[in-house]
Amino acid sequence: MTDAIQKPEKKKSSLLQLDARTRTRNAAEKRFKAYGMIAIAFGLLMLSILVFNIVTRGAGAYQQTFIALEVELLAGKLDKKGNRDLDDIKKVSTFGYTPLLSNALEAKVIELGIETDLKAKKMVGILSKSAAAQVRDYVLNNPNKIGETIGFEFLASSRVDGYLKGRVSRDSIGNDKNISPAQLDLVDALKAEGCLAKRFNMSFITGSDASDARPEAAGMGTSMIGSFFMMLVVLVLALPIGVAASIYLEEFAPKNWITDIIEVNISNLAAVPSIVFGILGLAVFINYMHLPNSAPLVGGLVLTLMTLPTIIISTRASLKAVPPSIRDAALGVGASKMQSVFHHVLPLAAPGILTGTIIGLAQALGETAPLLLIGMVGFIASNPPDSIATGLLSPNSAMPAQIYEWAKRADPAFYERAWGGIIILLVFLVTMNTIAVILRRRFERRW
Amino acid sequence: MSTTSLLVIAILILATLGYFLASKRAISTAGGDRRKLHSLPVYYGSNAAMFTAIPALGVLLIWLLAQPMLVERNVLSTIPDKLITEGSSIGLVMSDVRRVADGLEVVVSTGTLSQNETLKLDTEQTDIRALLAGVGAAVGSDVLPEMLEVAQNYRAQTKMGQLWMVLSIAPLALIGFALSVLAAKPTFRARNTVERGILALLVLAASLAILTTICIVFSMLFESINFFKLHPWTDFFFGGSWAPNFRGDSDLSILPLLWGTIYISIIALIVAVPVGLFAAIYLSEYAGPRVRAFAKPLLEILAGIPTIVYGLFALVTVGPALVRVFGRGEEGLLGVEWMSGATAVLTAGLVMGIMLIPFVSSLSDDIINAVPQSLRDGSLGLGATPSETIRQVVLPAALPGIVGAVLLAASRAIGETMIVVLGAGAIAKFSANPLEAMTTITTRIVSQLTGDTDFASPETLVAFALGLTLFVLTLGLNVIALYIVRKYREQYD
Repeated sequence: MTDAIQKPEKKKSSLLQLDARTRTRNAAEKRFKAYGMIAIAFGLLMLSILVFNIVTRGAGAYQQTFIALEVELLAGKLDKKGNRDLDDIKKVSTFGYTPLLSNALEAKVIELGIETDLKAKKMVGILSKSAAAQVRDYVLNNPNKIGETIGFEFLASSRVDGYLKGRVSRDSIGNDKNISPAQLDLVDALKAEGCLAKRFNMSFITGSDASDARPEAAGMGTSMIGSFFMMLVVLVLALPIGVAASIYLEEFAPKNWITDIIEVNISNLAAVPSIVFGILGLAVFINYMHLPNSAPLVGGLVLTLMTLPTIIISTRASLKAVPPSIRDAALGVGASKMQSVFHHVLPLAAPGILTGTIIGLAQALGETAPLLLIGMVGFIASNPPDSIATGLLSPNSAMPAQIYEWAKRADPAFYERAWGGIIILLVFLVTMNTIAVILRRRFERRW
Repeated sequence: MSTTSLLVIAILILATLGYFLASKRAISTAGGDRRKLHSLPVYYGSNAAMFTAIPALGVLLIWLLAQPMLVERNVLSTIPDKLITEGSSIGLVMSDVRRVADGLEVVVSTGTLSQNETLKLDTEQTDIRALLAGVGAAVGSDVLPEMLEVAQNYRAQTKMGQLWMVLSIAPLALIGFALSVLAAKPTFRARNTVERGILALLVLAASLAILTTICIVFSMLFESINFFKLHPWTDFFFGGSWAPNFRGDSDLSILPLLWGTIYISIIALIVAVPVGLFAAIYLSEYAGPRVRAFAKPLLEILAGIPTIVYGLFALVTVGPALVRVFGRGEEGLLGVEWMSGATAVLTAGLVMGIMLIPFVSSLSDDIINAVPQSLRDGSLGLGATPSETIRQVVLPAALPGIVGAVLLAASRAIGETMIVVLGAGAIAKFSANPLEAMTTITTRIVSQLTGDTDFASPETLVAFALGLTLFVLTLGLNVIALYIVRKYREQYD
């Protein structure tokens, strides 16, 4: 009977040897893990391409080509009456200064012994169009210098600058009426003599936007001031209102349908597209309240409404992180509910609130779309405001809007400016986020 | 200094005065013994400051918002028809009136003319346009006598309103001041009153969120209604083409824009969802603490970069790179001529996808981490490999949350502006070719509302209808997504 039981055929398998099914499962496992790695690598690759792009394309904006020239301020052209009266000198427009520049350039060419077929009038084309204005400003500030020969450093025109930076080549200027190969020969010769060179360009950081024809003179300074005033408005309004709203919702609000509506509302507002806030700003602040167009105050108000949800959400999280024992202890020694919150809970939550506020501000600083609708675009303000009131109410641009303005202009020289502007913007954002991270690391308490 | 700022300063001084007087009075009525007071002296002071300043400032704020509207309504009815010329509208005339009136105020404040002199101005004798230009107020055309009359009327009414404002707010502050200082006695429960006041302020701050939403909805709703009065709603919702024409008679249909928006968003999601999801899976299930500490913050940098940077990236880097691959005929990498310009659906979609990667990955990361460890342990204990555990246990458990995250990402993509403004192009059309330029709802809002806008033409007002549609669309997605995420979280907490 016993032999009726068939011995099972012995399978040749070993734990040390993988069978086919295990192999496919292990292969699937490896593939799956590889997908994850590829995904992360893709994300990091994109980040590095982006950063590489920003740095390589933007760095050029911080270098600018300058031409050193000695200009003779001819009294016969600038002050025909010879009485050094400022009003008379002012009557000479920048047009009247151009001959001085061409004379100076021609003298330089002859002095250095450079051979060129160019007429003096054509030579001036390598200078920026802002050069004449630069001399005029100097003369108006120092009328007693008329008749002397003064050394100036002029910006080169954007094509010459692009030629030195490799953006413009002899092949690419075939149809360009702003520059000719002969002018580039002159540039080469001047460069060899050392009176034309690239150097650090401070006016990109401090200056204001320039017209379409003068990309070389455009700067970020004024729009930085505009952004600064907007951030001031956002900080002054969004921080107190956001903290007050969070305190109410977290500490005092009864659980009922009104509170529910407010909460759902806030989380939805956080996800409303920013451009909708721009429409709101246009309709309510400008059309209805008649606040001035393009003013940093209006921009600040719009961004306040936009960042409020962010600040409320992070403030509530940090209020929630304060343990109830603190509140109970305060109530136990006779404090009122209000005192327990303002004297004990709020100071303990302050680092978290500050972190959230800085992150909210950083978000607001980089926002562009709503600013376009309320008219905060480039080339509005040319001088820095002289008081806080004018800073808030006079038209200005903001950093991201200025970058957008440059990105829209067709001249590639403006792209370089836009990338350069992005570097400044990102420096601000990185600084703000670093401060937020440091605050969080140093002051965050785990209970 | 203007009347309003003087009034505000006066109220604030009175409030400070009230603070000190009331706390002094509270101590002195208690015979100098603080223990006999119900509350700390600070509270008596704060109570006085609160009752002096807050009602007065509140009324002032409402007054400032309401007065221009009422004055304008009164003045609007007095504008003679003669002023409304061809190509102009009552709104434009009104803004001219306002400019003349404000300019005259500036003339007075700079001391060019006295108040009485400006009231006696005559268009025959003085060139008012030049006068106003002298103080920096530019008026579009010469000031007609009728215009001046209306402007003077406007000024008179504004002056009257300001007078009444001072006459009604100053007593309010004084009454509050007197009552609260007199009330500072030991038996008065100052702390309770002050705390009720603070609570009211907190409630006010919290309801600002609701107020914002109401403002958003109403501002867009009113202008949208104006738009639908000028333009048939059937064309807006069901028409087939978008061709704004500033001489009127434009085709303004949302459908081609909606198609562009959805197409770009779908491409963005095709990039962002797999990459973001796999990155989240790897970070939460496979990566060690060191890789996680290094890769997660780096990925999140992508989320902190402003969208204008992505826009420029699309326009200057990604677009030309795609043209090099798909365009330029023989010179291109593929030798085809499918793409002519840098702006295309694919350009904007790819870049938007990159922007959304960290958004999807950090949301999914949270959701995957919320799946209880016991589920994983059970699966691994039965002999499943980690990837089988993830695919068959963790992901199904996390699915509702991930769907919510994808919906939130979709709502982001639909509302994104700068990337599409710079990267997608401006041509509204129905096309399935991702290498063509198309346009989106947000792009058209920007282009219809920047530059000179005339709020009486359908070409401008259509932006509000587009905005309202966009708002409803994203709100719907958000509500569904938040509902799913919330419901799912309740399961495991």
